[in-house]
Amino acid sequence: MEKVLKLQIITPEKIALDQEINSLVVPAFQGLMGILPNHAPLVTGLHPGVLKYTKEEEEHFFFVSEGFLEVAKNTVTILADAAEKPREIDVERAREAKVRAQKRLKKRAKSLDVARARLALQRAIARIRAAEHRE
Amino acid sequence: MPGEQDIKRHIKSVKSTQQITKAMKMVAASKLRKTQKAAVISRPYTEKLEQLLEHVIASLEVKTHSLMIARPVKNVGIVLLTSDRGLAGGYNTNLLRMVATQEAKFKDVGIKYIAVGRKGFDFVRKGGRNLQEDFSNISDTPEFVEAKVIAELVVDSYEEGMYDEVYLAYQQFISTIQQQPVLKKLLPIAGEAGAAPSEYIFEPHRAKVLDVLLPKYIDNEVYHALLEAKASEHGARMVAMGASTDNANEMLEKLALSYNRARQAAITREISEIVAGANALS
Repeated sequence: MEKVLKLQIITPEKIALDQEINSLVVPAFQGLMGILPNHAPLVTGLHPGVLKYTKEEEEHFFFVSEGFLEVAKNTVTILADAAEKPREIDVERAREAKVRAQKRLKKRAKSLDVARARLALQRAIARIRAAEHRE
Repeated sequence: MPGEQDIKRHIKSVKSTQQITKAMKMVAASKLRKTQKAAVISRPYTEKLEQLLEHVIASLEVKTHSLMIARPVKNVGIVLLTSDRGLAGGYNTNLLRMVATQEAKFKDVGIKYIAVGRKGFDFVRKGGRNLQEDFSNISDTPEFVEAKVIAELVVDSYEEGMYDEVYLAYQQFISTIQQQPVLKKLLPIAGEAGAAPSEYIFEPHRAKVLDVLLPKYIDNEVYHALLEAKASEHGARMVAMGASTDNANEMLEKLALSYNRARQAAITREISEIVAGANALS
């Protein structure tokens, strides 16, 4: 039995992370989902949120935007629109985005795509939360 | 025959133009490198996404998602990727000519354009074609969010039934010196259902995963096309500007020759005048 699993976080613009880790918690569609080594093959969608993984007893955090997660052959591949380490996050921008999204949801203009505005809000909140874990 | 001064002025103007074309060539070359790098970096994402999509579609018994079901074609949408500015050789002209010929194929259906880039917008407007939306000022190295805005518009319009098929028209990047205009079908998404059962667990279930996976795939296809189009644009501009620089060189050589001739003629004339004057005195 393996003690580690490989975690790859891939976005269209970069490979954000490629490491051997011990465990992982992700914001999956149906709530937080924990993944340990030797997990069965799985595909699930991800909400924008904070991902947590442990490596050598140490906890690390990561912001991931909406995307997918695939587990196969002891490798977790995450495909996300965007992924940032806590210290890469532009908190100011995230705060502005949060206010903007809240305003839009409150006003409920006819042309508003509610699902999309909610996603934007979730992204902003997740970024702010992930940024709290700056090392 | 133009005088010495005229030729001198001409030489000066050609030289300064040449400097501009030379600089534009160099700028295009560096932008091309950046765009190519972005294209290479996007490859792992694309590969994984396509692999995943193929897998999920293969495990379906029938095509169920609206983005996959072919409908009788009454209206098509064409996303036209062109540049904002010219001076890129045949980059825009060749693409627009291809699009104009392809229009004949859709004789009995309505065509509407989503123009990305000023040149495409002009093509649609001046040709009296239908425009749904136009985008311009796409970055020199396109970002994923830029593609996403376009892709979301396309997917929404398709789902509302505005289009029964959507195509992407752009210059495919073959090499720095070569581009190929292509018209690629974006929607409905092709794929064989029922090819193979899957060993994966789907959380919460297959349909939900597909709901998110398919629009992502479209986002990525558009992103990819934007990158290709931009790389082609930079390549075309680099080649066009390189050719102008060479032409300017040729022109300068010819001008230098006629300048020297004019100068020599003037000297000869002066000498003969002096000689004639001296002769008259003696």
